Amino acid sequence: MKKVELIDLSKSYDKQVDVISNINVTIEPGEFFVLVGPSGCGKSTMLRMIAGLEQITSGTLKIGEAVANDLPPDKRDLSMVFQNYALYPHLTVQQNISFGLDVKKVKKDEQRKRTEEVAEMLGLTEFLKRKPRELSGGQRQRVALARAIVSEAPICLMDEPLSNLDAKLRAHMRSEIRRIQRTLGITMIYVTHDQVEAMTMGDRIMILHEGKIQQVGKPIDIYNNPANPFVATFIGSPPMNLAQAMVDKKASELIVGDVWRLPIPADEIDALPEAPLIAGIRPEHLRPATKETREGDKLIVEVTNVEVLGNETVFSFQLGADEWQAKWSGQWQIDLGDSIPLLADYGALCLFESKSGKRIKQPTDLGNFVFGKEVLV
Amino acid sequence: MISLPKKIGMYFLLIITSLLVFFPVLYAFMISFMTGPEILQGRFLPHSFSLENYVKVFERLPLLNYLLNSFIVSAGVMLGQLAVCSLAAYAFVFIQFKGRDFIFFLFISTMMIPWEATMIPNFFIIQKLDWLNTYQGLTLPFFALAFGTFLLRQHFKTIPKELQEAAQIAGLGRFAFFWRVVLPVSKTSLVTLGAYGFLTTWNMYLWPLLITTNSSVRTVQIGLKQLQSQEIATDWGVVMAGVIVVIVPTLLLLFIGQKQLQKGLSQGALK
Repeated sequence: MKKVELIDLSKSYDKQVDVISNINVTIEPGEFFVLVGPSGCGKSTMLRMIAGLEQITSGTLKIGEAVANDLPPDKRDLSMVFQNYALYPHLTVQQNISFGLDVKKVKKDEQRKRTEEVAEMLGLTEFLKRKPRELSGGQRQRVALARAIVSEAPICLMDEPLSNLDAKLRAHMRSEIRRIQRTLGITMIYVTHDQVEAMTMGDRIMILHEGKIQQVGKPIDIYNNPANPFVATFIGSPPMNLAQAMVDKKASELIVGDVWRLPIPADEIDALPEAPLIAGIRPEHLRPATKETREGDKLIVEVTNVEVLGNETVFSFQLGADEWQAKWSGQWQIDLGDSIPLLADYGALCLFESKSGKRIKQPTDLGNFVFGKEVLV
Repeated sequence: MISLPKKIGMYFLLIITSLLVFFPVLYAFMISFMTGPEILQGRFLPHSFSLENYVKVFERLPLLNYLLNSFIVSAGVMLGQLAVCSLAAYAFVFIQFKGRDFIFFLFISTMMIPWEATMIPNFFIIQKLDWLNTYQGLTLPFFALAFGTFLLRQHFKTIPKELQEAAQIAGLGRFAFFWRVVLPVSKTSLVTLGAYGFLTTWNMYLWPLLITTNSSVRTVQIGLKQLQSQEIATDWGVVMAGVIVVIVPTLLLLFIGQKQLQKGLSQGALK
């Protein structure tokens, strides 16, 4: 198991505009590392640079302890799974899996043994004699996976491997890939545009936007403490609600979207600047106000859209110029046009500087959303 | 589904047109069994199917020798074209280099130069090389074929780029990728090009006529012409017997390769 180190990595196609710039990150041995971002953010390019399929414009790439900038792809000790699987259409499943071994001149007996082991692990044994076109999407996906695993490379790269599968199969393959990665202990670098995949699979995730790192960290930390408004809206579904905000120091209130006044605790008011801010709050932190709620704390909103998902209810409303969403667990009978009183704590708010997007306050009160194991005993 | 009367009508038309198209060959086949006077009478069916003309044609000409020559030349050109065109197409698709598209279009534009225009320089080259009456003189000028390169390039372009990248990661070299992945995947186009090259060479007349001055490497098409001019009055029965012998290999190739040929040609057209 090897680590992968990216030091000041940049990529430019025309020597003028960097599509990726100043990437500094160390991917630990045996880690499941997810690169996530909207399409065109440079995540695939970055993966291909690690694989050696793209030239590195500047910076250093280290695989293990060795500098790998100019190594050809096959000398980098890695395997790769492609979005469209890239199976050889003229070879059987068995030949597809053992192709890399054959190229590396592994003995025939050994090839067969390893192929069969991997096929067993992925439930492909009965398909070994078939051609890729006779397989379903999910089976092809597994062959591609098998081909990566059989090489026993310490690093595995995956480029949106699940995006061609249907939702149910995708959920299944998510846990399958995670299980295999844990069993084999390989260092996994996984590219996706799907924040659910990133959240559920990654030990750590890196969010890229326009070729720059937005945030690196554990999924739950990123969810709780997004570094900037982009991360806040990218991670989480529905995304974090954002609106322009101002601090009214006299009244010691925060004015969100010109309509919502929230009292600021006395000990925190001094830390806040007068400059324009962006306030963010997760939809689940907008709670229903009850009869006991003080009238001044309530935020009355008019519902513009409702989605009842069975175990939770998501509804939208207009707050100033922005459309916000609230998520309550359970099934709520809410109709369009209803006026709903909402309640939120100042502690659940996240504040960013409007200009730079820098976070100046992270949510402290996460309600009862953080549980320890001791609750169960 | 098409209704039965419509189907019958359709097949009727098809039979008529195919007879029209096939008539010359059919007539040649009939004549090959006729004697001289019978042909002059303008009959369609011979009195008896005697193989006399066939025996004569083999006596008059070293036809077997010519057939063998034709086969060697055609197979040689076919293999040469496959090798050169597939390698050229591979370079145009899988290897990045400056001015690739420009060179490709330059390459393709040579299709607009008629073969006859290049024949004289080609002839001088072969003459200077002292390759008259040799197999290489007959085959080599046809190896580089713009049409074949174009056909294969179009097919190679349909191969996903990821396949090449997967091969790179597996540690496959450029030639190994060409040999183990690109060629097997493009089988249909290769068969198409092979059949095309074989048939065109088999039917070639002018170039072998220029290059061969004796019967050592002469091909069948020249042989057929020889049959006509040997006598004062051409014995058409013998000539047609020769023609039938000569078209048998082409027909065989067509019947065997038809399916692949159709597949390959339509693929090139659609994608």
